[in-house]
Amino acid sequence: MNSGTPSSSAGAPGSAESAAPRRNSKRPKYSRFTQQELPACKPILTPKWVISAFLLVSVVFIPIGVVSLFASRDVVEIIDRYETECIPLDSRNNKTGFMWSNADKTCNRIITVTKHMKQPIYVYYQLDNFYQNHRRYVKSRSDQQLRNPGNERDISTCSPEDTTPEGLPIVPCGLIAWSMFNDTYSLSRNNQQLGINKRGISWQSDRDRKFGKGVFPKNFQNGTAPGGAKLNESIPLSEQEDLIVWMRTAALPTFRKLYGKIEVDLQAGDVINVTLQNNYNTYNFNGKKKLVLSTTSWLGGKNDFMGIAYLTVGGLCFCLAMGFMLIYLIKPRQLGDPSYLSWNRNPGGH
Amino acid sequence: MQLEENIPHHDNPRLIHINDPKKTNDKFGFSGNEIRTSKYTLLNFLPKNLFIQFHRVAYLYFLAIAALNQLPPLAVFGRTVSLFPLLFVLTVTAVKDGYEDWRRHRSDRNENNRETLVFQLNEFHPKRWKKIQAGEVVKISSDETIPCDMVLLGTNDSSGIAYIQTMNLDGESNLKTRYARQETNKLVLEGTTISGVVRCEQPNRNIYEFMANMELKGQRFPLSQSNIILRGCQLKNTEWAIGVVVYAGQDTKAMLNSAMSSSKRSRLETYMNRETIWLSVFLLIMCVVVALGMGLWLKRHETQLDTLPYYRKIYFQKGKEGKKYKYYGIPMETFFSLLSSIIVFQIMIPISLYITMELVRLGQSYFMIGDQHMYDSSSNSRFQCRSLNINEDLGQIRYVFSDKTGTLTENKMEFRKASIWGKNYDNSYPDADASLEAKDVTVDRRKWKLKSEITPDPELMKLLYKDLSGEEGVAAHEFFLTLASCNTVIPILTESSSSGCDGVLGGSPVSIDYQGESPDEQALVAAASAYGYTLFERTSGHIVIDVNGEKIRLEVLGLHEFDSVRKRMSVVIRFPNHTIKVLVKGADTSMFSILDNDRPAEDHIRHVTQVHLNDYSSEGLRTLVLASRNLTGEELAEWQHRYEDACTSLTDRSVKLRQTAALIECNLTLLGATAIEDKLQEGVPEAIESLRQAGIKVWILTGDKQETAISIGLSCRLLTADMNQIIINGNSENECRKLLCDAMAKYNVNSTSCSSQITKLRRKAEPDYLELPSQTKSSSMPQQCAGEEDTPNFGPLALIIDGNSLVYILERDLESELFDLATSCRVVLCCRVAPLQKAGIVDLIKGRTDEMTLAIGDGANDVSMIQMADVGVGICGQEGRQAVMASDFAMGQFRFLKRLLLVHGHWNYQRIGYLVLYNFYRNAVFVLMLFWYILCTAFSTTSALTDWSSVFYSVIYTSVPTIVVGVLDKNLSDKTLLKYPKLYAAGHRQESYNMSLFWITMVDTLWQSLVLFYVPLFNYRESTIDIWSMGSLWTIAVVILVNVHLAMDIQRWVFVTHLAIWGSIIVTYGCMVVLDSIPAFPNYGTIYHLVKSPAYWLSILLITVIGLLPRFIFKVFHQTFWPSDIQIAREGEILRRRRRRRHIGSKTDEVSS
Repeated sequence: MNSGTPSSSAGAPGSAESAAPRRNSKRPKYSRFTQQELPACKPILTPKWVISAFLLVSVVFIPIGVVSLFASRDVVEIIDRYETECIPLDSRNNKTGFMWSNADKTCNRIITVTKHMKQPIYVYYQLDNFYQNHRRYVKSRSDQQLRNPGNERDISTCSPEDTTPEGLPIVPCGLIAWSMFNDTYSLSRNNQQLGINKRGISWQSDRDRKFGKGVFPKNFQNGTAPGGAKLNESIPLSEQEDLIVWMRTAALPTFRKLYGKIEVDLQAGDVINVTLQNNYNTYNFNGKKKLVLSTTSWLGGKNDFMGIAYLTVGGLCFCLAMGFMLIYLIKPRQLGDPSYLSWNRNPGGH
Repeated sequence: MQLEENIPHHDNPRLIHINDPKKTNDKFGFSGNEIRTSKYTLLNFLPKNLFIQFHRVAYLYFLAIAALNQLPPLAVFGRTVSLFPLLFVLTVTAVKDGYEDWRRHRSDRNENNRETLVFQLNEFHPKRWKKIQAGEVVKISSDETIPCDMVLLGTNDSSGIAYIQTMNLDGESNLKTRYARQETNKLVLEGTTISGVVRCEQPNRNIYEFMANMELKGQRFPLSQSNIILRGCQLKNTEWAIGVVVYAGQDTKAMLNSAMSSSKRSRLETYMNRETIWLSVFLLIMCVVVALGMGLWLKRHETQLDTLPYYRKIYFQKGKEGKKYKYYGIPMETFFSLLSSIIVFQIMIPISLYITMELVRLGQSYFMIGDQHMYDSSSNSRFQCRSLNINEDLGQIRYVFSDKTGTLTENKMEFRKASIWGKNYDNSYPDADASLEAKDVTVDRRKWKLKSEITPDPELMKLLYKDLSGEEGVAAHEFFLTLASCNTVIPILTESSSSGCDGVLGGSPVSIDYQGESPDEQALVAAASAYGYTLFERTSGHIVIDVNGEKIRLEVLGLHEFDSVRKRMSVVIRFPNHTIKVLVKGADTSMFSILDNDRPAEDHIRHVTQVHLNDYSSEGLRTLVLASRNLTGEELAEWQHRYEDACTSLTDRSVKLRQTAALIECNLTLLGATAIEDKLQEGVPEAIESLRQAGIKVWILTGDKQETAISIGLSCRLLTADMNQIIINGNSENECRKLLCDAMAKYNVNSTSCSSQITKLRRKAEPDYLELPSQTKSSSMPQQCAGEEDTPNFGPLALIIDGNSLVYILERDLESELFDLATSCRVVLCCRVAPLQKAGIVDLIKGRTDEMTLAIGDGANDVSMIQMADVGVGICGQEGRQAVMASDFAMGQFRFLKRLLLVHGHWNYQRIGYLVLYNFYRNAVFVLMLFWYILCTAFSTTSALTDWSSVFYSVIYTSVPTIVVGVLDKNLSDKTLLKYPKLYAAGHRQESYNMSLFWITMVDTLWQSLVLFYVPLFNYRESTIDIWSMGSLWTIAVVILVNVHLAMDIQRWVFVTHLAIWGSIIVTYGCMVVLDSIPAFPNYGTIYHLVKSPAYWLSILLITVIGLLPRFIFKVFHQTFWPSDIQIAREGEILRRRRRRRHIGSKTDEVSS
């Protein structure tokens, strides 16, 4: 706060004596450091500082809040929850049984675009009540195996999805890969197919270094109970972007994952037909499934929290600044006034 | 204590064959003279160091957690990661220990390789110390250090005397005499090789006792303490000495005595442990919540568990179908969840805080030691921190118990006044010309110089040099002869090489240094010398005194040493003219009774002397009375007979000697009295005044007389004229009780027996009583003076109590009365107290209040008190080093106590108090943040943070700033603290660390942890955020938050603080970049991705501001409406400086324009 200048003191006697040093003298050497006299800045909360601090916060926070709120309001988001509707009416009391059966799981949904959406439009799937952050789940993977074709037997952490019954290593092993999401969406507008670009949906760094170019899926989902998607064994892991996205486990039990990008604008009032394969079984834990189409802003998706929080804090600080200004005007206390010292304030005990 | 029996009857004597080391060591293998103070060798360093380190609870806790983590169902962290904190502290401590040990090794090596002369092959050859063995005969020359404990066989002196200096052993700088047995000494001087057997006791640490006998040519004679010279002492004033090694190396008494003093634990640390129990409760609550949550969650999802993709308790593969995978049933899973949550939340209990505190105290000690204001140039001693555990206790001292002699006073006695033949000579009219003239008289005739110069009284000089014939003159002559001869002082002559001006009269100038056991005697001899009676030489048979340039040789027929029963000493002297005189000096009480009462002419003189004595002691001077008498031939013969008989007696020697002394110590003629000043140390009154203003009660415990104690009390401004003195000096229990009760009744002191509650209430109501204004107070502080609340009608009270009464009071049940009376007095003086009583008084206060006590003293008699008090301070003075060895802190002067308590004590207390609270907060906020997240992961103890970050958090990310702040922060400058001693009361009120502060901190912690958790949660709900990004955000957010929190509370920003705080954040980023650059980790690349996103930065900013807003508001409100004393003083200090700077600035502006 206030810049300090070196405090000038006690240096004089020290240097005077050291001019005629005694032999074997144990006199501590004088330095500003050892005498705890380093130049220092000693902030105190003067009214000026308090009020300016509050004002500064409000001046910074209110514009950020406004900008954030606008950014969030600009985002157009369409959410379609489909997990119940995509089960035929007669199977709805035994959804799990339906999922296990070989029945056709194709499902058609219709989405109406409410507002003009500028490309790129991101297509997400959203799962609810899916604890991708469960400790048993998060740990069930082998990063060594994913990276390096030589490490395919590095499966100690992958149990219970580590080997086939014959003892061959599964690549990619572990619960995470085993339970990969496998609903598919195809979108059309006015009977015209809307292309979903599935390239570049994962992190560049993951593709480059974490998922090996020479690692190909092996013995994957060969067991009796496939948990999710199968992988094309001729494509290396570094190009299996759905897998890469899925393997970046979510932090919270409700999460979205990027499915692809639509690279054309959508107009308000457009009706979009979604043909989806409802393959992924979330029914045994009442997980919800949602399809989300959303544009994005510099701040991310549609979320007013940041804007509101910044505005609130900024406003509060402004009020506080005003409040303290009033306090200091009405009932000022002279700083450093010795008459406030406890032994001066109440003479005679009480 | 174990009583040593005489050796011949001892079961297991140690046999030493003189001059036959082989035979001596063959059977028993006594240890050689190699010493080892180091703890470790290269080989055993690792196991031994680890073993010692694991004696600490903290490390065992770390170890238990790490071990728990190795169990497969609990492996929360990776195996190596979990060991990291333990390894880290082990390594740091091991490096520290290793360095200290290396230094010890080095000094051992130097010591072991010193050389000394050892008798081998019929000649003395130099030999390394470490090679010396028991049984060998060693020759020591003057000023050499003695390599091992030896029995003296002979010296160059025919009487077998050797003088040694025991500075290294007990710190006493005076010379001590040791004797070789005549039997051996004769042989040595003849040059015969001695062979015989010494039987001595087994090695022990008692340096004041030695029991042995020697068998020489079939003759057996006893050896005692006076025949042994100990390792570490120096031979002085003796050309050479020869001795046989009896104890070598580790067996020597010096080595056996080199144990460290026991460690104390600070008050704040005990409070801290109390709060740690609260933290453990929180920890347990959190773990139980997680475990119960886990149990309930499993119960609710029991049927789905098999199919939950993220739980999967069974195998699906063929062959293992239906087999359980890491699932042990709900109760077991709940239990494991409890254990693993303990692992995750382990740092809730800030075990590392103990290590942090040690480092911080080390740093604080560094500054205390380096403080130039606490360097004593006269003794060339720095402040010493001997105990590293109680720095902060210095900030909360309420009672100071001080020794007098050597602590308040310099213990440099100076001859001030004399009363000779009823006339007082006090040099009170410093007539410059006269004294100069007188000086010339002496200087002309003197060929030597003394180390201390006393200005002689001109009148007395005139008397001595101008008319020696009168009765008065004779008395004066004898007076000074007595001073010069009746003592045990040894003069040491040193040829001073080049002081030309003194050598006017030819002969090379000689300087005389007087060595003696009592500083009083040294002062008296020096005084005699100043008046021209210089003690020149002393042997056991004669002394040489130089009287005005004329050397007189006096034959010493006998000497009765001072003892505490007679309280006097006497010497029988034959003058060159064959008159024989007894010269006596002693305490006034013991002398007047043995004076010759038959001569009424001297009654007047006696009366006047008595008056002078009273005057002297009321000025705080120490007095001695001198007397003499002539001995007739018969008396001499009878005495000589009895004296020789007594001297050679083996039983009851001291009683017989006392009886013999009584023969000649009677019918004495009074010569006069001396008064010696025990000078107050510099700055003592000011220091005591400041301590009292600071609300510290200063008690003086002294062995001196009541009058002397009171006069010292007055001169150091402890007692003032307006005080009511309560004097308790009873001779029986009843008398003491009566005196106590009377005093209490008179001054309205309520005794606990009748109205304890009232006392208690009142004591609470006025935690720091108000002081009367004094002249040292600064004028800028308007001082409202108020009388003592306690005694509104009587003014302040002073209690003076003597040792006799204390015996009755402390041993009987009068303790509580004394306590009540003493605590309501402003000053307490205890005189004539024995060392153990000093400890008893300290214990009385310690046992009955919660207040902190500090004892300060310099002598061996203060050791028990120093060890008893919460803080013991030793003065490195003249009386030796025992007090220093037993103390926690040692310094050169009493006045440093003011700076030690008011400045360093205050700083240390503030720093450690804040450090503890901050560390509680720092760890708890992190753990709570993890806890909230675990509630969102189906109670599965997942941590979003990477393993390494969780471990680094308390070790690397946030540890350095706390240490730096704990060492360097200071709220007020030393000048302000010394100017307003009352600021010290903040420590008494426990302002920096108390229960309510703890709870406020905990509430703040809860809020901050909620902010930390919920801001990212709300911001990233229903988004694509992955667990590592979230963890990365939380890591950096919590590190920034706690560092900014710390930054908000720092009172003094120096360069190092900036470096530590902002450096920590940068280091954290660095670590995260490194951790995210390793593709083998699942969190690879996270940070690179995150920093591109504005939401990440905005989240951090938001967390920091919202998290700290309540704290800031609270702080501002508190400082605006309820400013603390420290706050006001701080504002005053800073604003004053700023104003001054502005003033200077404007001045320079004017000049430049």
